[in-house]
Amino acid sequence: MEPTDHLFRRESGRMVATLTRIFGIHNLALAEDVVQDAFCRALEVWKFHGVPENPSAWLMATAKNRALDVLRRERTARTFAPELGRMLDSEWTLAPAVEELFGAPAIHDGQLRMMFSCCHPRLPEEAQVALMLHILCGFSVDEVAGAFVSSHAAIEKRISRAKKVMAGSKRLFDVSGQGDLSVRLPAVQRALYLLFNEGYHGASPESAVRAELCREAMRLTALLLDHSPAATPATRALSALMCFHAARLPARVDAAGDLRPLFEQDRSRWDVRVIAEGQRQLDLSATGPELTEYHVEAAIAWVHTAAHGVEDTNWGMIVSLYDQLMAIHPSPVVALNRAIATAQREGPQRGLEEIRKIAHSDRLASYPFYHAALGEFEFRSGRHEVARQHFLTALTFVRNPMERRFIEQRIGACKVGSPVG
Amino acid sequence: MSEFVFLYRGGESGRSPERIQQSMQKWMAWFKELGQNGHVKDQGQPLERTGKLVKGKQKTVTDGPFAEAKDIVGGYTLIEARDLAQAVELSKGCPILDVDGAVEVRPVMKLNM
Repeated sequence: MEPTDHLFRRESGRMVATLTRIFGIHNLALAEDVVQDAFCRALEVWKFHGVPENPSAWLMATAKNRALDVLRRERTARTFAPELGRMLDSEWTLAPAVEELFGAPAIHDGQLRMMFSCCHPRLPEEAQVALMLHILCGFSVDEVAGAFVSSHAAIEKRISRAKKVMAGSKRLFDVSGQGDLSVRLPAVQRALYLLFNEGYHGASPESAVRAELCREAMRLTALLLDHSPAATPATRALSALMCFHAARLPARVDAAGDLRPLFEQDRSRWDVRVIAEGQRQLDLSATGPELTEYHVEAAIAWVHTAAHGVEDTNWGMIVSLYDQLMAIHPSPVVALNRAIATAQREGPQRGLEEIRKIAHSDRLASYPFYHAALGEFEFRSGRHEVARQHFLTALTFVRNPMERRFIEQRIGACKVGSPVG
Repeated sequence: MSEFVFLYRGGESGRSPERIQQSMQKWMAWFKELGQNGHVKDQGQPLERTGKLVKGKQKTVTDGPFAEAKDIVGGYTLIEARDLAQAVELSKGCPILDVDGAVEVRPVMKLNM
């Protein structure tokens, strides 16, 4: 039997979270060492004897045995999780306590606690996301750096600082208290949203890496959905949003490895089961008075999935949803997307007008798709030379070969088309 | 056909979960290929890196490790090959070589020489 893709990575998050709950957040490094040890052991044993029937259970059991060794050996020298108190002191209570903390409900709970702990209010958003990816998704520093197209040194610094802040919080975040949970939940949702976005729109040249980020964001969101105090309408809307986008992932890159914008995607390749799950979550999100940006973004994505193509897409509804989004969560990128939708409905000239109206458009100056949108509208207006200049500017900001090929094709189209402009 | 023992020495398996898993998948693929080509007499066993050393007439017992980390034998395999040259050739596919480890190739002595 072959281990499934990224099995170790995924188990790593579960194991580190579970062990940290026992050892205490200040012993995070110890938990990571024990996990490392379990993986090395798996490597040695499995390569000779094959992968066991239930590899996850094998790894967890190995981690548990190591944890017991550590607790017995170091209980006088170290302090462990304060909430376990004297449970670890006597052999009579130690084994049953550890056994319980390695049960399925506790493992689930441990991951939630870790997720909320990663979103410590003293940490900037990008540190929260990096920490989640590192601890809960088992990405090494290099892999996090690869995913964010950042340097090893920068990410290492970000993660080690974040770990220090987290370790200073004395104990893992308690997810059983409704009050505390609802205070920190928006930060957790935001971090998951950013993680998903990094996968969907991110700069990493590896589409496999980006798909993995989307999957991880969805896996962690599912943990929230399984814990009723965290399964709020906003969480459901976030989940719906992820589903609608994830459903399109298979069509986003064509057989030649080229980026396909929404307008040109083969919609038969969209995953209908994931869309159906998104619809279910969107329905469930429509309770309560709260309307979040996730609700609106999910609704926009839903309008796209409901259409057969660009022609029968309800662009009017999309524009008004973008208006709502601008009211809740204004940003130049949202305004740009609104302009693109307007152009679909009212023509490229209107699109150009809307783009010129964007507030703080300087923040889009290095975003390749800002220049690409300008190029596209000029192109559709027949001004091919102006369009070409915009696409050439876009080319200087592309973040990976796939984006480069996409823009180059548009530049090519400007040459082929009529020489007006 | 002659028999050889491969002793796997040292080798840092990498730190990240993904790397360790990749390393394992390479090992499994390598063993599979050796087996399919009829070279595996006994796939062997992994060895713990700790243990005891019992030495001399005094029978003094000491704790492992017995060697530098890079020299510790982590496992063995019994291989069938035409000759030493072929066994060496086979050992070159071992994934331990990618992580600074070594394969010691030792012919098993024959009974009837």
